[in-house]
Amino acid sequence: MANVPEDLHYSKDHEWVRVEGNEAVIGITDYAQNSLGDVVYVELPKPGEQFAANESFGSVESVKAVSEVFTPVTGEVTKINESLADEPEKVNADPYGDGWMIRIRMSSSGEVDSLLTAAEYEDFTKAESE
Amino acid sequence: MVDFGGWDMPVQYPAGTIEEHLRTRTRAGLFDVSHMGEIDVRGRDAVSFVNRITSNDVSKLVDGQAQYSTLTTPQGTVVDDLLIYRLNADHLLLVVNAGTTDKDWEWIKSHHAGECVELTNVSSQYCQLALQGPDAVSILQKLTNEPLADMKYYHFKPGRVDNVDSIISRTGYTGEDGFEVYAAADQGERLWKKILEAGQFGSDEGVLPCGLGARNTLRLEAGMALYGHELTETTTLLEANLGWICKLDKGEFIGRNVLARQKAEGLQRKLVGFEVTERGIARDEYDVVVNDQVVGKVTSGSPAPYLKKNIGFAYLPVEFASVGQEIKIDVRGRLICAQVVKTPFYKRQK
Repeated sequence: MANVPEDLHYSKDHEWVRVEGNEAVIGITDYAQNSLGDVVYVELPKPGEQFAANESFGSVESVKAVSEVFTPVTGEVTKINESLADEPEKVNADPYGDGWMIRIRMSSSGEVDSLLTAAEYEDFTKAESE
Repeated sequence: MVDFGGWDMPVQYPAGTIEEHLRTRTRAGLFDVSHMGEIDVRGRDAVSFVNRITSNDVSKLVDGQAQYSTLTTPQGTVVDDLLIYRLNADHLLLVVNAGTTDKDWEWIKSHHAGECVELTNVSSQYCQLALQGPDAVSILQKLTNEPLADMKYYHFKPGRVDNVDSIISRTGYTGEDGFEVYAAADQGERLWKKILEAGQFGSDEGVLPCGLGARNTLRLEAGMALYGHELTETTTLLEANLGWICKLDKGEFIGRNVLARQKAEGLQRKLVGFEVTERGIARDEYDVVVNDQVVGKVTSGSPAPYLKKNIGFAYLPVEFASVGQEIKIDVRGRLICAQVVKTPFYKRQK
Protein backbone atom coordinates (compact mmCIF):
# COMPACT_ATOMS: atom_id res chain seq x y z
CA MET A 1 0.00 0.00 0.00
CA ALA A 2 1.38 3.39 -0.96
CA ASN A 3 2.28 5.79 1.81
CA VAL A 4 0.07 8.94 1.89
CA PRO A 5 1.03 11.33 4.74
CA GLU A 6 -1.93 13.11 6.37
CA ASP A 7 -0.40 16.58 6.48
CA LEU A 8 0.19 17.09 2.73
CA HIS A 9 -1.93 18.28 -0.20
CA TYR A 10 -2.12 16.21 -3.38
CA SER A 11 -2.74 16.73 -7.10
CA LYS A 12 -4.35 14.34 -9.54
CA ASP A 13 -1.00 14.31 -11.40
CA HIS A 14 0.50 12.62 -8.31
CA GLU A 15 2.45 15.55 -6.89
CA TRP A 16 2.38 16.45 -3.19
CA VAL A 17 2.60 19.91 -1.63
CA ARG A 18 3.80 20.76 1.87
CA VAL A 19 2.92 24.32 2.90
CA GLU A 20 5.62 26.11 4.91
CA GLY A 21 4.60 29.75 5.48
CA ASN A 22 4.09 31.29 2.04
CA GLU A 23 6.20 28.60 0.36
CA ALA A 24 5.21 25.24 -1.06
CA VAL A 25 7.57 22.27 -1.12
CA ILE A 26 6.72 19.98 -4.03
CA GLY A 27 7.59 16.39 -4.95
CA ILE A 28 5.99 13.26 -6.39
CA THR A 29 4.02 10.78 -4.32
CA ASP A 30 4.98 7.32 -3.17
CA TYR A 31 2.33 5.93 -5.51
CA ALA A 32 3.94 7.84 -8.42
CA GLN A 33 7.51 6.73 -7.69
CA ASN A 34 6.31 3.18 -7.35
CA SER A 35 4.54 3.16 -10.72
CA LEU A 36 7.54 4.80 -12.41
CA GLY A 37 10.10 2.31 -11.12
CA ASP A 38 13.78 3.18 -10.64
CA VAL A 39 14.21 6.91 -11.20
CA VAL A 40 17.44 7.54 -13.10
CA TYR A 41 17.18 11.21 -14.06
CA VAL A 42 15.38 14.29 -12.76
CA GLU A 43 15.24 17.54 -14.70
CA LEU A 44 14.36 20.60 -12.62
CA PRO A 45 13.93 24.33 -13.38
CA LYS A 46 16.22 27.09 -12.12
CA PRO A 47 15.46 29.24 -9.07
CA GLY A 48 13.72 32.41 -10.20
CA GLU A 49 11.58 30.72 -12.86
CA GLN A 50 7.83 31.39 -12.68
CA PHE A 51 5.16 28.74 -13.11
CA ALA A 52 1.40 28.81 -13.23
CA ALA A 53 -0.56 26.08 -11.46
CA ASN A 54 -0.70 22.82 -13.47
CA GLU A 55 2.25 23.87 -15.62
CA SER A 56 5.08 21.38 -16.20
CA PHE A 57 8.20 22.35 -14.24
CA GLY A 58 10.44 19.42 -15.17
CA SER A 59 10.59 15.70 -15.77
CA VAL A 60 11.33 12.46 -14.02
CA GLU A 61 12.81 9.57 -15.99
CA SER A 62 12.80 5.92 -15.10
CA VAL A 63 14.69 3.28 -17.09
CA LYS A 64 11.63 2.78 -19.23
CA ALA A 65 9.97 6.18 -19.62
CA VAL A 66 9.84 9.94 -19.19
CA SER A 67 7.11 11.62 -17.15
CA GLU A 68 6.53 15.34 -16.81
CA VAL A 69 5.99 16.81 -13.37
CA PHE A 70 3.51 19.63 -12.80
CA THR A 71 3.34 22.28 -10.11
CA PRO A 72 -0.02 22.28 -8.31
CA VAL A 73 0.45 25.96 -7.31
CA THR A 74 1.37 29.24 -9.00
CA GLY A 75 4.54 31.11 -8.06
CA GLU A 76 8.30 31.54 -8.31
CA VAL A 77 10.85 28.80 -7.72
CA THR A 78 13.03 29.75 -4.73
CA LYS A 79 15.05 26.58 -4.38
CA ILE A 80 15.52 23.22 -6.10
CA ASN A 81 16.80 19.93 -4.73
CA GLU A 82 20.20 19.95 -6.43
CA SER A 83 21.22 16.63 -4.91
CA LEU A 84 18.77 14.84 -7.25
CA ALA A 85 21.17 15.48 -10.14
CA ASP A 86 23.57 12.91 -8.72
CA GLU A 87 21.18 10.89 -6.59
CA PRO A 88 17.87 10.65 -8.45
CA GLU A 89 17.17 7.39 -6.58
CA LYS A 90 16.22 9.52 -3.55
CA VAL A 91 12.87 10.03 -5.29
CA ASN A 92 12.23 6.28 -4.89
CA ALA A 93 13.75 5.90 -1.46
CA ASP A 94 12.20 8.92 0.27
CA PRO A 95 9.62 10.64 -1.97
CA TYR A 96 8.23 12.89 0.81
CA GLY A 97 11.61 13.70 2.38
CA ASP A 98 15.03 13.72 0.66
CA GLY A 99 13.30 13.20 -2.68
CA TRP A 100 11.58 16.62 -2.64
CA MET A 101 11.98 18.54 -5.91
CA ILE A 102 11.30 22.28 -5.72
CA ARG A 103 10.17 25.09 -3.39
CA ILE A 104 7.81 27.69 -4.79
CA ARG A 105 6.86 31.06 -3.28
CA MET A 106 3.10 30.94 -3.72
CA SER A 107 1.43 33.94 -5.29
CA SER A 108 -1.99 32.83 -4.08
CA SER A 109 -2.34 30.91 -0.85
CA GLY A 110 -5.90 29.83 -1.70
CA GLU A 111 -4.75 27.40 -4.43
CA VAL A 112 -3.78 24.64 -2.02
CA ASP A 113 -7.36 24.49 -0.75
CA SER A 114 -8.52 23.15 -4.10
CA LEU A 115 -6.04 20.24 -3.93
CA LEU A 116 -6.90 16.76 -2.67
CA THR A 117 -6.59 15.79 0.97
CA ALA A 118 -4.71 12.59 1.88
CA ALA A 119 -7.98 10.64 2.14
CA GLU A 120 -9.23 12.00 -1.20
CA TYR A 121 -5.92 11.20 -2.89
CA GLU A 122 -5.97 7.67 -1.54
CA ASP A 123 -9.46 7.12 -3.00
CA PHE A 124 -8.28 8.65 -6.26
CA THR A 125 -5.31 6.28 -6.63
CA LYS A 126 -7.47 3.30 -5.72
CA ALA A 127 -9.92 4.21 -8.45
CA GLU A 128 -7.05 4.76 -10.90
CA SER A 129 -5.40 1.41 -10.31
CA GLU A 130 -8.65 -0.53 -10.66
CA MET B 1 1.49 -5.25 -16.67
CA VAL B 2 1.48 -4.15 -20.30
CA ASP B 3 0.05 -5.55 -23.50
CA PHE B 4 2.89 -6.97 -25.59
CA GLY B 5 1.88 -8.51 -28.90
CA GLY B 6 -1.41 -9.59 -27.33
CA TRP B 7 0.24 -10.99 -24.18
CA ASP B 8 -0.07 -9.52 -20.69
CA MET B 9 3.56 -9.09 -19.67
CA PRO B 10 5.21 -7.57 -16.61
CA VAL B 11 7.59 -4.67 -17.31
CA GLN B 12 9.31 -5.49 -14.06
CA TYR B 13 9.03 -7.71 -11.00
CA PRO B 14 9.25 -6.21 -7.50
CA ALA B 15 13.06 -5.93 -7.58
CA GLY B 16 12.82 -3.41 -10.43
CA THR B 17 14.47 -3.18 -13.84
CA ILE B 18 17.90 -2.02 -12.67
CA GLU B 19 18.29 -4.75 -10.05
CA GLU B 20 17.00 -7.40 -12.49
CA HIS B 21 19.46 -6.20 -15.12
CA LEU B 22 22.46 -6.20 -12.75
CA ARG B 23 21.62 -9.57 -11.26
CA THR B 24 21.47 -11.11 -14.74
CA ARG B 25 24.95 -9.72 -15.50
CA THR B 26 26.46 -10.86 -12.20
CA ARG B 27 24.48 -13.99 -11.18
CA ALA B 28 21.32 -15.02 -13.06
CA GLY B 29 17.95 -13.79 -14.29
CA LEU B 30 14.90 -15.80 -15.35
CA PHE B 31 12.63 -14.57 -18.14
CA ASP B 32 9.25 -15.98 -19.12
CA VAL B 33 9.39 -15.65 -22.89
CA SER B 34 6.55 -18.02 -23.67
CA HIS B 35 5.06 -15.29 -25.85
CA MET B 36 7.61 -16.08 -28.57
CA GLY B 37 6.14 -17.89 -31.60
CA GLU B 38 7.19 -21.33 -32.83
CA ILE B 39 6.69 -22.67 -36.33
CA ASP B 40 7.40 -26.28 -37.13
CA VAL B 41 8.76 -27.23 -40.57
CA ARG B 42 8.88 -30.92 -41.43
CA GLY B 43 9.59 -32.81 -44.64
CA ARG B 44 12.43 -33.72 -46.93
CA ASP B 45 12.68 -30.15 -48.32
CA ALA B 46 12.68 -28.49 -44.89
CA VAL B 47 16.25 -27.21 -45.19
CA SER B 48 16.01 -26.02 -48.78
CA PHE B 49 12.64 -24.34 -48.19
CA VAL B 50 13.78 -22.42 -45.10
CA ASN B 51 17.06 -21.60 -46.82
CA ARG B 52 15.11 -19.91 -49.61
CA ILE B 53 13.08 -17.65 -47.30
CA THR B 54 15.83 -16.71 -44.82
CA SER B 55 19.15 -14.89 -45.12
CA ASN B 56 21.62 -17.07 -43.20
CA ASP B 57 22.80 -20.43 -44.59
CA VAL B 58 20.58 -23.18 -43.18
CA SER B 59 22.57 -25.87 -45.04
CA LYS B 60 25.50 -25.21 -42.70
CA LEU B 61 23.52 -26.36 -39.64
CA VAL B 62 24.06 -29.80 -38.14
CA ASP B 63 21.52 -31.67 -36.02
CA GLY B 64 21.29 -29.99 -32.61
CA GLN B 65 22.51 -26.63 -33.81
CA ALA B 66 20.66 -23.29 -33.86
CA GLN B 67 21.14 -20.25 -36.06
CA TYR B 68 20.21 -16.56 -35.89
CA SER B 69 18.65 -15.41 -39.14
CA THR B 70 16.01 -13.20 -40.74
CA LEU B 71 12.98 -13.66 -42.95
CA THR B 72 13.62 -11.26 -45.81
CA THR B 73 11.37 -9.35 -48.22
CA PRO B 74 12.12 -9.07 -51.96
CA GLN B 75 13.53 -5.59 -51.10
CA GLY B 76 16.10 -7.10 -48.73
CA THR B 77 14.30 -5.69 -45.71
CA VAL B 78 13.22 -7.69 -42.70
CA VAL B 79 9.89 -9.47 -42.09
CA ASP B 80 11.24 -10.72 -38.76
CA ASP B 81 14.39 -11.98 -37.09
CA LEU B 82 14.32 -15.54 -35.83
CA LEU B 83 16.17 -18.57 -34.52
CA ILE B 84 16.26 -21.70 -36.65
CA TYR B 85 16.71 -24.99 -34.78
CA ARG B 86 17.73 -28.07 -36.75
CA LEU B 87 16.31 -31.14 -35.00
CA ASN B 88 17.23 -33.28 -37.99
CA ALA B 89 17.53 -32.98 -41.77
CA ASP B 90 13.75 -33.21 -42.17
CA HIS B 91 12.70 -31.15 -39.18
CA LEU B 92 13.38 -27.50 -38.33
CA LEU B 93 11.80 -25.35 -35.64
CA LEU B 94 11.56 -21.60 -36.27
CA VAL B 95 11.29 -19.33 -33.23
CA VAL B 96 9.91 -15.89 -34.07
CA ASN B 97 8.85 -12.73 -32.25
CA ALA B 98 5.48 -12.64 -30.48
CA GLY B 99 4.12 -9.52 -32.15
CA THR B 100 4.99 -10.85 -35.61
CA THR B 101 4.00 -14.51 -35.24
CA ASP B 102 0.75 -14.18 -37.21
CA LYS B 103 2.41 -12.08 -39.91
CA ASP B 104 5.34 -14.52 -40.17
CA TRP B 105 3.03 -17.50 -40.33
CA GLU B 106 1.07 -15.98 -43.24
CA TRP B 107 4.31 -14.90 -44.94
CA ILE B 108 5.89 -18.34 -44.66
CA LYS B 109 2.79 -20.14 -45.93
CA SER B 110 2.41 -17.73 -48.85
CA HIS B 111 6.04 -18.28 -49.91
CA HIS B 112 5.74 -22.02 -49.91
CA ALA B 113 6.24 -22.98 -53.57
CA GLY B 114 5.72 -26.68 -53.95
CA GLU B 115 8.52 -27.85 -51.66
CA CYS B 116 7.79 -31.06 -49.79
CA VAL B 117 7.26 -29.61 -46.32
CA GLU B 118 4.53 -29.60 -43.73
CA LEU B 119 4.14 -26.30 -41.85
CA THR B 120 2.50 -26.03 -38.43
CA ASN B 121 2.09 -23.03 -36.19
CA VAL B 122 2.86 -24.62 -32.81
CA SER B 123 3.20 -21.36 -30.86
CA SER B 124 0.51 -22.18 -28.32
CA GLN B 125 2.00 -25.61 -27.58
CA TYR B 126 5.25 -24.30 -26.11
CA CYS B 127 6.35 -22.36 -23.09
CA GLN B 128 9.80 -20.84 -23.18
CA LEU B 129 11.89 -19.83 -20.19
CA ALA B 130 15.24 -18.07 -20.56
CA LEU B 131 17.73 -18.51 -17.73
CA GLN B 132 20.60 -16.10 -18.33
CA GLY B 133 23.76 -15.07 -16.53
CA PRO B 134 27.04 -16.51 -15.21
CA ASP B 135 25.21 -18.84 -12.77
CA ALA B 136 22.81 -20.22 -15.40
CA VAL B 137 24.80 -23.43 -15.98
CA SER B 138 25.07 -24.38 -12.32
CA ILE B 139 21.42 -23.57 -11.59
CA LEU B 140 19.95 -25.47 -14.53
CA GLN B 141 22.34 -28.39 -13.95
CA LYS B 142 20.58 -29.07 -10.66
CA LEU B 143 17.43 -29.91 -12.60
CA THR B 144 18.77 -32.05 -15.45
CA ASN B 145 21.08 -35.00 -16.08
CA GLU B 146 22.19 -33.61 -19.43
CA PRO B 147 25.78 -32.34 -19.06
CA LEU B 148 25.39 -28.60 -19.66
CA ALA B 149 28.87 -27.15 -19.18
CA ASP B 150 30.18 -28.78 -22.36
CA MET B 151 27.30 -27.63 -24.55
CA LYS B 152 28.42 -25.20 -27.22
CA TYR B 153 26.84 -21.80 -27.70
CA TYR B 154 24.01 -21.94 -30.25
CA HIS B 155 23.60 -25.68 -29.78
CA PHE B 156 20.71 -27.48 -28.13
CA LYS B 157 19.61 -30.91 -27.06
CA PRO B 158 16.40 -32.59 -26.08
CA GLY B 159 16.48 -33.43 -22.38
CA ARG B 160 14.46 -33.53 -19.21
CA VAL B 161 14.36 -30.55 -16.90
CA ASP B 162 12.89 -31.62 -13.57
CA ASN B 163 11.44 -34.62 -15.44
CA VAL B 164 9.70 -32.40 -17.99
CA ASP B 165 10.53 -33.15 -21.63
CA SER B 166 12.30 -30.05 -22.94
CA ILE B 167 14.54 -28.61 -25.57
CA ILE B 168 17.57 -27.13 -23.78
CA SER B 169 19.23 -24.50 -25.92
CA ARG B 170 22.39 -22.56 -25.12
CA THR B 171 21.11 -19.29 -26.53
CA GLY B 172 19.82 -15.99 -25.25
CA TYR B 173 19.14 -12.32 -25.74
CA THR B 174 21.10 -10.71 -22.92
CA GLY B 175 24.79 -10.90 -23.88
CA GLU B 176 25.34 -13.43 -21.09
CA ASP B 177 25.86 -17.16 -21.13
CA GLY B 178 22.62 -19.00 -20.53
CA PHE B 179 19.85 -21.23 -21.76
CA GLU B 180 16.45 -21.08 -23.33
CA VAL B 181 14.25 -24.00 -22.33
CA TYR B 182 11.25 -25.01 -24.42
CA ALA B 183 8.63 -27.34 -23.00
CA ALA B 184 4.91 -28.11 -23.22
CA ALA B 185 2.92 -24.96 -22.40
CA ASP B 186 1.18 -26.50 -19.39
CA GLN B 187 4.55 -27.19 -17.75
CA GLY B 188 5.61 -23.54 -17.81
CA GLU B 189 4.43 -22.54 -14.36
CA ARG B 190 5.99 -25.54 -12.72
CA LEU B 191 9.34 -25.10 -14.48
CA TRP B 192 9.34 -21.39 -13.59
CA LYS B 193 8.93 -22.20 -9.91
CA LYS B 194 11.49 -25.02 -10.00
CA ILE B 195 14.15 -22.88 -11.67
CA LEU B 196 13.59 -20.02 -9.21
CA GLU B 197 13.90 -22.51 -6.37
CA ALA B 198 17.07 -24.08 -7.80
CA GLY B 199 18.49 -20.58 -8.25
CA GLN B 200 17.75 -19.62 -4.63
CA PHE B 201 15.39 -16.82 -5.52
CA GLY B 202 14.99 -14.71 -2.39
CA SER B 203 18.62 -14.78 -1.33
CA ASP B 204 20.90 -11.82 -2.05
CA GLU B 205 22.89 -13.69 -4.67
CA GLY B 206 20.01 -15.72 -6.04
CA VAL B 207 18.28 -15.69 -9.40
CA LEU B 208 15.76 -12.90 -10.01
CA PRO B 209 12.66 -13.09 -12.20
CA CYS B 210 13.03 -10.41 -14.88
CA GLY B 211 10.45 -8.46 -16.88
CA LEU B 212 10.33 -6.84 -20.30
CA GLY B 213 12.19 -3.77 -19.02
CA ALA B 214 15.35 -5.70 -18.18
CA ARG B 215 15.00 -7.83 -21.30
CA ASN B 216 15.18 -4.64 -23.35
CA THR B 217 18.06 -2.97 -21.48
CA LEU B 218 20.12 -6.18 -21.47
CA ARG B 219 19.76 -6.77 -25.20
CA LEU B 220 20.45 -3.12 -25.98
CA GLU B 221 23.60 -3.05 -23.84
CA ALA B 222 24.72 -6.23 -25.62
CA GLY B 223 24.18 -4.50 -28.96
CA MET B 224 21.37 -6.76 -30.15
CA ALA B 225 18.67 -5.58 -32.53
CA LEU B 226 14.96 -5.60 -31.66
CA TYR B 227 12.33 -6.18 -34.30
CA GLY B 228 10.14 -3.10 -34.83
CA HIS B 229 13.02 -0.86 -33.75
CA GLU B 230 16.35 -1.62 -35.45
CA LEU B 231 14.79 -4.18 -37.80
CA THR B 232 11.75 -3.30 -39.91
CA GLU B 233 10.30 -3.79 -43.36
CA THR B 234 11.87 -0.46 -44.38
CA THR B 235 15.46 -1.20 -43.38
CA THR B 236 17.66 -3.74 -45.13
CA LEU B 237 19.75 -6.38 -43.46
CA LEU B 238 22.96 -4.69 -44.56
CA GLU B 239 21.87 -1.30 -43.23
CA ALA B 240 21.13 -3.05 -39.92
CA ASN B 241 24.73 -4.37 -39.72
CA LEU B 242 23.53 -7.92 -40.21
CA GLY B 243 25.89 -8.66 -43.09
CA TRP B 244 27.19 -11.59 -41.03
CA ILE B 245 23.85 -13.41 -41.42
CA CYS B 246 23.36 -12.32 -45.05
CA LYS B 247 24.92 -15.20 -47.02
CA LEU B 248 24.83 -13.92 -50.59
CA ASP B 249 26.86 -16.88 -51.87
CA LYS B 250 24.54 -19.61 -50.53
CA GLY B 251 22.25 -19.51 -53.56
CA GLU B 252 18.93 -17.87 -54.27
CA PHE B 253 16.84 -16.47 -51.41
CA ILE B 254 14.16 -13.80 -51.18
CA GLY B 255 15.75 -10.36 -51.51
CA ARG B 256 19.17 -11.69 -52.46
CA ASN B 257 19.51 -9.66 -55.66
CA VAL B 258 18.68 -6.37 -53.98
CA LEU B 259 21.07 -7.11 -51.13
CA ALA B 260 23.87 -8.11 -53.54
CA ARG B 261 23.37 -4.85 -55.45
CA GLN B 262 23.32 -2.82 -52.24
CA LYS B 263 26.52 -4.50 -51.12
CA ALA B 264 28.22 -3.73 -54.44
CA GLU B 265 27.02 -0.13 -54.61
CA GLY B 266 27.57 0.67 -50.96
CA LEU B 267 25.14 1.83 -48.29
CA GLN B 268 23.50 5.25 -47.98
CA ARG B 269 22.78 4.85 -44.28
CA LYS B 270 23.48 2.39 -41.54
CA LEU B 271 22.70 1.50 -37.96
CA VAL B 272 25.14 2.85 -35.38
CA GLY B 273 25.44 2.70 -31.63
CA PHE B 274 25.88 5.94 -29.71
CA GLU B 275 26.65 7.02 -26.19
CA VAL B 276 25.27 10.24 -24.69
CA THR B 277 28.20 12.33 -23.45
CA GLU B 278 26.31 14.85 -21.31
CA ARG B 279 23.34 14.69 -18.96
CA GLY B 280 20.16 13.39 -20.52
CA ILE B 281 18.62 10.23 -21.89
CA ALA B 282 17.96 9.53 -25.55
CA ARG B 283 14.67 7.71 -26.16
CA ASP B 284 13.11 5.86 -29.09
CA GLU B 285 12.09 8.14 -31.97
CA TYR B 286 14.12 11.17 -30.89
CA ASP B 287 15.78 13.06 -33.76
CA VAL B 288 19.53 12.89 -34.36
CA VAL B 289 21.04 16.22 -35.41
CA VAL B 290 24.37 16.96 -37.13
CA ASN B 291 25.29 20.50 -38.26
CA ASP B 292 21.79 21.74 -37.33
CA GLN B 293 20.19 19.22 -39.68
CA VAL B 294 18.03 16.28 -38.62
CA VAL B 295 19.93 13.33 -40.10
CA GLY B 296 18.31 10.34 -38.43
CA LYS B 297 16.19 8.93 -35.64
CA VAL B 298 16.91 6.95 -32.51
CA THR B 299 15.55 3.39 -32.89
CA SER B 300 16.18 2.36 -29.26
CA GLY B 301 17.45 4.62 -26.51
CA SER B 302 17.76 3.93 -22.79
CA PRO B 303 19.93 4.07 -19.73
CA ALA B 304 22.34 1.10 -19.67
CA PRO B 305 22.26 -0.03 -16.02
CA TYR B 306 25.46 -2.09 -16.02
CA LEU B 307 27.57 0.38 -18.02
CA LYS B 308 25.96 3.31 -16.20
CA LYS B 309 25.74 5.26 -19.42
CA ASN B 310 22.91 6.42 -21.62
CA ILE B 311 23.10 4.64 -24.94
CA GLY B 312 21.12 3.96 -28.07
CA PHE B 313 20.93 2.88 -31.69
CA ALA B 314 20.16 5.18 -34.63
CA TYR B 315 20.15 5.01 -38.41
CA LEU B 316 22.53 7.64 -39.82
CA PRO B 317 23.80 8.59 -43.29
CA VAL B 318 27.12 6.77 -43.77
CA GLU B 319 29.08 10.04 -43.79
CA PHE B 320 28.09 10.51 -40.12
CA ALA B 321 28.29 6.85 -39.13
CA SER B 322 31.97 6.49 -38.21
CA VAL B 323 33.04 5.71 -34.66
CA GLY B 324 33.91 8.97 -32.92
CA GLN B 325 31.43 11.08 -34.90
CA GLU B 326 29.88 13.78 -32.70
CA ILE B 327 26.10 13.94 -32.96
CA LYS B 328 23.31 15.65 -31.06
CA ILE B 329 20.06 14.15 -29.84
CA ASP B 330 16.93 16.28 -29.62
CA VAL B 331 15.63 15.51 -26.14
CA ARG B 332 12.23 17.21 -26.08
CA GLY B 333 13.60 20.42 -27.56
CA ARG B 334 17.01 20.36 -25.88
CA LEU B 335 20.00 19.23 -27.95
CA ILE B 336 22.36 17.00 -26.02
CA CYS B 337 25.77 15.75 -27.17
CA ALA B 338 26.44 12.14 -28.06
CA GLN B 339 29.10 10.20 -29.91
CA VAL B 340 29.00 7.25 -32.28
CA VAL B 341 30.68 4.28 -30.58
CA LYS B 342 31.54 0.68 -31.40
CA THR B 343 28.95 -1.98 -30.65
CA PRO B 344 28.34 -4.13 -28.72
CA PHE B 345 28.35 -1.57 -25.93
CA TYR B 346 28.89 -4.43 -23.48
CA LYS B 347 30.78 -7.66 -24.03
CA ARG B 348 31.05 -10.28 -21.35
CA GLN B 349 34.45 -11.59 -20.23
CA LYS B 350 34.81 -15.22 -21.31
